[in-house]
Amino acid sequence: MTVIQNNLFQDTGITEQKIWDVLSMVTDPEVPVLSILDLGIVREVIIHNQNAGENILSVEIIITPTYTGCPAMDMISMNIKLAFLEKGYKNIIITSVLSPAWTTDWMSEAGKEKLKAYGIAPPQLNPAGLHKGRMEKLFKEEKNIGCPLCNSINTRLISQFGSTACKALYQCNDCKEPFDYFKCH
Amino acid sequence: MQEASNLNPEKNLRLSGSSEITPSGGGVAFLLHLADNALILSQRNSEWCGHGPILEQDIAITNISLDLLGQARNFYQYVAQLINENAGISLAPKAAPSGENLTVASEDSLAYLRTEREFKNCLLVEQPNGDWAQTILRQFFFTAYQFYLYQHLQNSKDEQIAAIATKALKEVTYHLRWSSEWVIRLGDGTAESHERMLNAIDELWSYTGELFEAAGYEFPLIAEGIAADLLFIKDKWQAKIEEIFMEATLPLPVNTFMHQGGKEGLHSEHLGYILAELQYMQRTYPGSEW
Repeated sequence: MTVIQNNLFQDTGITEQKIWDVLSMVTDPEVPVLSILDLGIVREVIIHNQNAGENILSVEIIITPTYTGCPAMDMISMNIKLAFLEKGYKNIIITSVLSPAWTTDWMSEAGKEKLKAYGIAPPQLNPAGLHKGRMEKLFKEEKNIGCPLCNSINTRLISQFGSTACKALYQCNDCKEPFDYFKCH
Repeated sequence: MQEASNLNPEKNLRLSGSSEITPSGGGVAFLLHLADNALILSQRNSEWCGHGPILEQDIAITNISLDLLGQARNFYQYVAQLINENAGISLAPKAAPSGENLTVASEDSLAYLRTEREFKNCLLVEQPNGDWAQTILRQFFFTAYQFYLYQHLQNSKDEQIAAIATKALKEVTYHLRWSSEWVIRLGDGTAESHERMLNAIDELWSYTGELFEAAGYEFPLIAEGIAADLLFIKDKWQAKIEEIFMEATLPLPVNTFMHQGGKEGLHSEHLGYILAELQYMQRTYPGSEW
């Protein structure tokens, strides 16, 4: 395994920048306004040079699941391959790693803005320390979660579990709209 | 090993570091024990899908099922890789074991093609759902155990076990919080909910002892720092149960007879029925794909 230097891309026209550009077009199947880069799912891109007679390049994309059982991961892997196929790149290897464990800290600021515009409240707190406190405060909820529609912070938790593993259900006490909150994790 | 079924062979699993487990030792049995616990409880909880007491809790219990299924998959994938490496089978990312008589282990073959005696889950997780109180209490007992177990396994000498435990612990924390709140809500709720919790304690308490009895395959792994010292976990577990039961106005059972055997493959009659449902499709249409 070699992390390739820039001069090896030129033969096939693949550059690292192009790879990231293609990845930025792949969206999350559950939250289609977010790219997998916004979510922080892609950890690393490695270009392999397999010199077997001719110069064959393969690109390895290293991804990490948001939640252990996230069913979107298989679809994301497939969508990455399809996105590269469309650009004529076939040798794509998707590798899944668990460590370090994904955190909402890796979500981009642009991603948080897009989430809010889409109607999902973005993660608001720094997850560090949250997990320690989480068990000591039974029946307490994350406060001041802004309603993505009217911006009120007068909201309440309905359920810690929502339509996908990464979301909780909230309701706005002012505009009464129920909404998803992307949990700090 | 059984024939490979339909594992998605394009999935490339990268281990998080050096593997300390040798397939010939107890490592595979221990990993299967961890995986089977998660799979069987996931299957049990998923029986609530569409039947939860209210919509939000139907979603909650099935979310927990999904998290547990994810844990099971991670452990099975790791076991399959170890078994295959030991057999000298190296799966290229695209080499599909297509229908031929390849003896390749996969997460699917491990889940779908083993019999009861080969499953190493604790008896607790295979107990029937009963009413909501019984499902809640089973989840609380198990999650509290898993919470402290995974805290410990985060420092396992085996780096892949540590990676899976670290990842899963974040989700198990939600499960513990959710089930703790429900134990309190029901225990300290109405006369009926309190009584249902008492009945659930009667049903389930005698299955908790096994959680802290090391199986034969665990001893060398505990000594090597791969598996966790269960007595250490037991103390923390008991303190947590006491704390939540006190708030829930529930009595702490006195020590009674404790069932065991699941970790060594000796199960209650329930597991066969669970597997019959879980494995039906692969047994009837071998290699079928979704």
